[in-house]
Amino acid sequence: MRVRTNRPREKVKKLRVLIAKVGLDGHDRGVKIVAQALRDAGVEVIYLGIHNTPEEIAASALQEDVDAIGLSVHSAAHMTLFGEVLTLLKKKQAGDIIVFGGGIIPEEDVRSLKKMGVKEIFTPGAPLEEIVKFVRSVKITRREAQGNRQ
Amino acid sequence: MTSTPKGPRNLSGIEIRPVYGPEDVKGLDDRRDLGVPGEFPFTRGIYPTMYRGRLWTMRQFAGFGTAEESNRRYHYLLKQGNTGLSVAFDMPTLMGYDSDDARSRGEVGRCGVAIDSLADMEILFRSIPLGRVSVSMTINGPAIVLFAMYLAVAERQGVKFRDLQGTLQNDILKEYIAQKEWICPPAPSLKIVNDIIRFCVESAPRYHPVSVSGYHIREAGSTAVQELAFTLYDGLTYVKSAIDCGLKVDDFAPRLSFFFNAHNDFFEEIAKYRAARRLWAREMKSRFQPANPVSLALRFHTQTAGCALTAQQPYNNVVRVSLQGLAAVLGGTQSLHTNSLDETLALPTEKAVTIALRTQQIIAHESGVANTIDPLGGAYYVEWLTERMEAEAKAYFAKLDEMGGMVSAIERGFPQGEIHRAAVAYQKEVDARERLIVGVNAYAEPQEHRVPTLRIKGEVEKKQVQKLRQREKSRNVKKLASALGQLAGVAEANGDLMPAVIAAVKAEATVGEICEVFRRVYGRYRETVSL
Repeated sequence: MRVRTNRPREKVKKLRVLIAKVGLDGHDRGVKIVAQALRDAGVEVIYLGIHNTPEEIAASALQEDVDAIGLSVHSAAHMTLFGEVLTLLKKKQAGDIIVFGGGIIPEEDVRSLKKMGVKEIFTPGAPLEEIVKFVRSVKITRREAQGNRQ
Repeated sequence: MTSTPKGPRNLSGIEIRPVYGPEDVKGLDDRRDLGVPGEFPFTRGIYPTMYRGRLWTMRQFAGFGTAEESNRRYHYLLKQGNTGLSVAFDMPTLMGYDSDDARSRGEVGRCGVAIDSLADMEILFRSIPLGRVSVSMTINGPAIVLFAMYLAVAERQGVKFRDLQGTLQNDILKEYIAQKEWICPPAPSLKIVNDIIRFCVESAPRYHPVSVSGYHIREAGSTAVQELAFTLYDGLTYVKSAIDCGLKVDDFAPRLSFFFNAHNDFFEEIAKYRAARRLWAREMKSRFQPANPVSLALRFHTQTAGCALTAQQPYNNVVRVSLQGLAAVLGGTQSLHTNSLDETLALPTEKAVTIALRTQQIIAHESGVANTIDPLGGAYYVEWLTERMEAEAKAYFAKLDEMGGMVSAIERGFPQGEIHRAAVAYQKEVDARERLIVGVNAYAEPQEHRVPTLRIKGEVEKKQVQKLRQREKSRNVKKLASALGQLAGVAEANGDLMPAVIAAVKAEATVGEICEVFRRVYGRYRETVSL
């Protein structure tokens, strides 16, 4: 189920971010709060909801031509699932899409995920402001390079 | 719900005054509203002796990796003085998928134990006498499958079903509302719940077939009032649904149990438990008129709030958990899980879970609070707050009644929306430092306090998948196909599923295979996203 929370405007290029739960866990309290905070901050948010596979995430990201993907995992499957999303994006020549995330993720894994190419990981207690600041720092280079499909 | 507060407000947004006195409880009638412990309306507790007769069950929720590893953890916990077990299943099991399903990649054994078939379940309870140890299982969509496996293991241990204690969570309504681990849509799911209840009434009368859970509603961000209201209303929904399918209220209501959260606001939580007992007793009486007073008594398990733990300065969590656990005990809980200090990072280490269990033991044996029943009863503030929470929950009941019940409220996204709004409001308060969380938005420290965390080895998934494939090869294919075919037939004919599921698990059908029958016959549930 796809919810587009902000209609794109014709002229102004808005940062476009896909927010989703990946994997089987349904803990969507955090991800929904983040999606809403980003929308309130003027980011165009495509919220995919829960129970998405890495394939579904990558396909939606390409279809929606997003600048960044924010993923939430609370089931400790983060190493596999983030890894698969990154691999799929690279395979589809979309490795420039910024991937970030959050959830119940131990420090050691945060370091490994960043080495794998995840740009940032937010753990419990991270202020919304910090997440919004991070997302707004993402450059809208992708659609400029490819020509805006909208 | 919570606008910019002038004075302090509790987590339900109720404004709290500096002092309360007799004028605040003028309407309170001791006999009518409090009674004595063990009697209607059970405000002060459901047993006349409470912890003097028997302490609460210390029941730490546990499960990770393979059945072998989890079995070792259960033996460890029992040796440390845990008095009941509580099984945490991994995500594939909770969603009704096998470990080798494409959707299970990366999830096997990660946040709970991986169970694919009866053989795993036998290992899980190896050397655990199911006739003596009460086991709670957190399973909902596939509850009937795991329960059937549990029965089969008990049978092989030579335990009679009528001696089985323990609890099946089996609360699908709160899955749609909050926890979001489901298989089928509400109507067939409620039918499965009823089949389980009927089986327990007839064959396992000491077992609790449903644990109506507010815990997950609270973790999803609800207020205490919403937790109270939605949970009790879910309970009333199960009672009505069981009566509608031909069961008598007094045959099953005494075996229903509840599961609440213990969050940070100490008195609010205590008032919530007291209000829950009174409101349940009153609503049950007026809506269903049971003859047996036990049908009116609300039994509950409590778990301290996972969402109140902080990743920052994690050792402080020990203190939070002690306060939350103490609130649960002062509120009269029947069993308790205390969270471990490292649970915002990973599943708990043995050391962390031991501290959490010791916390309960200190409350039980050192603090003296177990000596007196409902020690806060009669306190102006607590009685005022108990009444207030009951009244606010009843206002939600009226709304839900008006919407035509919980299922139609869920379809409209009503409880989900209320919870989401409360979660956003809470986060805004924390971000604006209107609510201080030590170590997070106050008294933060620049350097991290590192704690060791439990690592689930990557090979768990590989091992589990190999084991599953091997077992699948050695099964009697004919017997299996016939059992699954029969199950599909019963499901299509809307018949009693319990015997068919028991036969299927004995024929070594996997969780995924049985749930696939449900998905095929009943369809999958899909959520309408509300943001």
